[in-house]
Amino acid sequence: MGSNMAEAHPVGFQWVVEAKSRGARVIHIDPRFTRTSALADTFVPLRAGTDIAFLGGVINHVLTHDLDFREYVRAYTNAAFLVAEGFEDTEDLDGLFSGYDAETGTYGRDLWQYESAEQARTEREGGEGGGDSAMDQERTSPMGHGAAGAPLSGTTGDIAQDPTLQHPRCVFQILKRHFSRYTPEMVERICGTLPGQFREVCEAWTANSNRERTTALVYSVGWTQHSVGAQYIRAGSILQLLLGNIGRPGGGVFALRGHASIQGSTDIPTLFNLLPGYLPMPTAGSHEDLPTYLDDLRSPTQKGYWAGADAYLVSLLKEYFGDNATEGNGYGFDWLPRINGDHGTYRTVMDMVDGKVFGYFLLGQNPAVGSAHGKLQRLGMANLDWLVVRDLAMIESATFWKDSPEVETGEIVPEMCRTEVFFFPAASHVEKEGTFTQTQRMLQWREKAVEPVGDQRSELWFFYHLGRMIRERLAGSTDPRDEPVQKLDWSYAVQGGGAWPEPSAQDVLRRINGYRTDTGEPVGGYTELAADGSTACGCWIYSGVFADGVNQAARRVAHAEQGPYDAEWGWTWPSNRRVLYNRASADPEGRPWSERKKLVWWDAEQGEWTGDDVPDFPKKTPPGFVPPEDATGPDALRGDDAFIMQADGKAWLFAPHGMLDGPLPTHYEPHESPARNLLYGQQGNPTRKVYGRLDNPSNPSPPEAHREVFPFVLTAARLTEHHTAGGMSRQLPYLAELQPELFVEVSPELARIRGLSHLGYAHVVTSRAAVEARVVVTDRMAPLRIDGEVVHQVWLPYHWGGSGLVTGDVVNDLLGVVTDANVFIQESKVATCDVRPGHRPRGAALTAMLAETRARAGVTIETGTTIATAAGVPHLQHTEESS
Amino acid sequence: MTSNRLSGPLDDVAGEAGHADHPPRVGFFTDTSICIGCKACEVACKEWNAVPEDGLDLLGMSFDNTGMLGANSWRHVAFIEQPRALGHQDPGFAGLPTGPTSGDGMADAVGPRLREAERGGSELGTSPLHTPNHTESLGMPAFSRPGEGTGAEGRTDFRWLMASDVCKHCTHAGCLDVCPTGALFRTEFGTVVVQQNICNGCGYCVSGCPYGVIDRRPEDGRAQKCTLCYDRLEGGLEPACAKACPTDSIQFGELDELRERADRRLAQLHDIGVTEARLYGRDPDDGVGGDGAFFLLLDEPEVYGLPPDPVVPTRDAPSMWRHAGAAAAAFALAGIGAFISTAIGGRR
Repeated sequence: MGSNMAEAHPVGFQWVVEAKSRGARVIHIDPRFTRTSALADTFVPLRAGTDIAFLGGVINHVLTHDLDFREYVRAYTNAAFLVAEGFEDTEDLDGLFSGYDAETGTYGRDLWQYESAEQARTEREGGEGGGDSAMDQERTSPMGHGAAGAPLSGTTGDIAQDPTLQHPRCVFQILKRHFSRYTPEMVERICGTLPGQFREVCEAWTANSNRERTTALVYSVGWTQHSVGAQYIRAGSILQLLLGNIGRPGGGVFALRGHASIQGSTDIPTLFNLLPGYLPMPTAGSHEDLPTYLDDLRSPTQKGYWAGADAYLVSLLKEYFGDNATEGNGYGFDWLPRINGDHGTYRTVMDMVDGKVFGYFLLGQNPAVGSAHGKLQRLGMANLDWLVVRDLAMIESATFWKDSPEVETGEIVPEMCRTEVFFFPAASHVEKEGTFTQTQRMLQWREKAVEPVGDQRSELWFFYHLGRMIRERLAGSTDPRDEPVQKLDWSYAVQGGGAWPEPSAQDVLRRINGYRTDTGEPVGGYTELAADGSTACGCWIYSGVFADGVNQAARRVAHAEQGPYDAEWGWTWPSNRRVLYNRASADPEGRPWSERKKLVWWDAEQGEWTGDDVPDFPKKTPPGFVPPEDATGPDALRGDDAFIMQADGKAWLFAPHGMLDGPLPTHYEPHESPARNLLYGQQGNPTRKVYGRLDNPSNPSPPEAHREVFPFVLTAARLTEHHTAGGMSRQLPYLAELQPELFVEVSPELARIRGLSHLGYAHVVTSRAAVEARVVVTDRMAPLRIDGEVVHQVWLPYHWGGSGLVTGDVVNDLLGVVTDANVFIQESKVATCDVRPGHRPRGAALTAMLAETRARAGVTIETGTTIATAAGVPHLQHTEESS
Repeated sequence: MTSNRLSGPLDDVAGEAGHADHPPRVGFFTDTSICIGCKACEVACKEWNAVPEDGLDLLGMSFDNTGMLGANSWRHVAFIEQPRALGHQDPGFAGLPTGPTSGDGMADAVGPRLREAERGGSELGTSPLHTPNHTESLGMPAFSRPGEGTGAEGRTDFRWLMASDVCKHCTHAGCLDVCPTGALFRTEFGTVVVQQNICNGCGYCVSGCPYGVIDRRPEDGRAQKCTLCYDRLEGGLEPACAKACPTDSIQFGELDELRERADRRLAQLHDIGVTEARLYGRDPDDGVGGDGAFFLLLDEPEVYGLPPDPVVPTRDAPSMWRHAGAAAAAFALAGIGAFISTAIGGRR
């Protein structure tokens, strides 16, 4: 679901083909019939943006018919835990959870907590129970709790539970009630999926999820790029947990990443709110010193491996600041930057437009084409002091000032554009060494195949020398703000001589792996890291990739020469483990659920966990282990606490912490939708960020009027033949010729309605832009019946821009900016639009046509900003400026 | 069965061509049922063999913008959208508010341009075409009802076929048999290759190929086609396309082994209800003595742009010769004799 794997991940798709040839059944659920569908056994169409309704329907099917893997659910999930009194569900609040603040459009999450055993006892005695967690309403710090969510004190025994799963406030029953209205009829009315097909999916999924069989779930950016994106993945996870498909071979939730090494760029992030290894970036005001930060990150008495977060962070500081980081100065914690709000890419672009940002680095990114609301991106970049672009070719983001569509409309005047653009040619992946971290969390080392040509240089070279030169420039400064740069340990090994040597990527990997600060010896893994300054480590989850001083990522032992899980091919974080949480592949007693699906198991004779994969559990903790009351960290894990990173050792069906938009996934309509939410009065995600500004208009959605102006569902995606924003493919004749021109796919039915002819021209219109494309009329697109009404979907690939061998309009110009509150990912997989035959107007005529269209649709700055529409809360408009 | 070595099965094609001590015959088995249409084969082929770009035109033939094999496209992935079922596949359209198929509309838009093009689809990929204006009628079928249809009007069955085509490296290669200069030759691997430095651009091979594969490059007139990466084979490497194919739709290997593999795959598909699966070019008794590059197809060959019953032009040459000998002038006879002796004279 939400993945066109054959087209966007063709190399990985070979394993789907392999599985199919061994008898696996492949079901593809997607708005349109793609090359993936062509190879699937079953294609299931649905309306873009309704996957939670679909998944909720499957969850309801599982719970209604008692089809869950009960032993697994009881042992390894939080199904039995009680949620404190005071929690109210979407069932009770017309689509909202308890704690909603209409003023800020955020939740106070203190009402989503577990009930402590203490509380339960008090209640039984007639006392008053209450939330024990401070209201940590961090609108600006959505990932403030890092990888593991917020800390929970104590051991599992402190949480009230009902192992019979019957208590009305236990997670299992809450789940059952929450999804009870996601019936097959509702799935049909919301998604357009017919009951027969829906039943087929339910039956296939459940029939292939048990002791003997597992089902794998694959998603890609078709799930993440929604205003409810994080909850899409939660819904998939809940289903896979209920069916016992996590931590087991052949199961899992596969997040196919969007590019080579995008996994790597979240592990060692290019994100504003994370430090390496999913440690949160400190927040101004609340994280004044190291102890405060650490206490907020994890409870000192917490169980599991996240309890060691102090060692991970201190080792990171030691790697950053070397000898300058001492116990006395909190290991340089003060030198880390602080965040004080949303500094995501879209907020930053708006701040550029508003004149609050002066410089911008673009590396391997082409936002003028590749980011939502291309026009906003270009206008932002046109209002900088300087812009640095490092890329393989002269991309649109480097030339927008002279040739963007805004030049044609007069919104950018080249002679007056103030931005000074510096273009640096970049070395390609074959011209530099380093690692890729792929979708399976596997680091694979690649050698440099050829020397870079001319001035082309690696990123490593660029940043090493940039840092070196800035440090030289600031060496004599006494300004305290320069101290972090002055204190950095910039002593990377270099190779080759001269004034501009190339840094050694191997040495960087060694420092990422971590080493003892006294001897410089590489550590063997993250369990060897310490919080006393004796170790340094650039990314704790990568610790072990350079164990024994060997580049483990460079291993290439052939399949035939090693075990079934190819443990000596590359290196997978953490600890070269191929399947996360694989303790769950064995039953609570430590025996594989079945011979066919065995992965790791308890070897009673040796007194340790063993198996085909690296066990994801304390090696010597037996299955029946019950920790003493005062144990903390890994020692506090029970023998059946398979989810070792979670503060309660259990997988979360219900998320008491960590999610900003609800403890359970709920179907909300996309920000721009042709339909009213049939499940609740609450139309869209009540916490989505709408950025209500004049330059970011929204198409109206129910309950607002005039949806008929933009009657169709718009979705965009990739083609195999091109690479995202096209910088790596539109310049290459062998790729450009394979998909030479922007086209829009429409069904024969929509073609008739709008008078479109195959290979003719059409333009797609939203309140932001009109994009011209050739028409491809294809049976692969089909209308759906949504609540009795026929809804058409249109699709465009988004690879074109103004430069290269093949050019075309920028599809992302059609989109506005609205994001998920958890991770600030834009909703770029669904919007509404109109399609009109013929060429689009150009220049001033285009501006006028768009203004006329907006007027006809009644679009104002307020449109789409009323994010709360449920009964019982004020329906406020969230705009940033007045109209 | 003829025994003149101009047609029919031939056990040792390289040996017949004079390679005394040669490796086993190799070829491609292309299993189109697992082709994902990624076109990596087209790109890998062009990268390795330095084949030039072949035109930047949107063809509108589903996702096919290559058109057909030609001098500048030695691999071609065909895309076929059909209103019929693929085995037991559920395409998911039954019951949706659809009208009739667009299949005719696509064909109507693309067909006339195909006819205009000199060599069919190949020209589509190489020369600029008149792009229809939206105001022109493209002969889309006149649908009786606007808007959505259901029931009998609705389209239910659908499948999307993809197949990577290539030179067949025939057992009896028409191109090689008619080549007057010796530029085309049979390698020790049993494959057929053009030597660019010998080809004089006469073009006989173009009409000699029963598949319409070999083609002359306009710039220099020389004949061009897949070499089955002869240089890579000599270096012990598999051809670039097969190496790049992510799903192993294109399988390279010894021909005997590939044929066995193909037979097993065909049986497997028949077992799971894909009864329309068939092998193409696998049979040594066919009109070209079997192909070195053969296919598993899911429909009639014509659907993929392949001839249903290809015959090497020289198959009928002996009988022509006999008839000619009885009736024709000695001048004409000598001409044909020279031609045939050239064709069978050690270059096969």
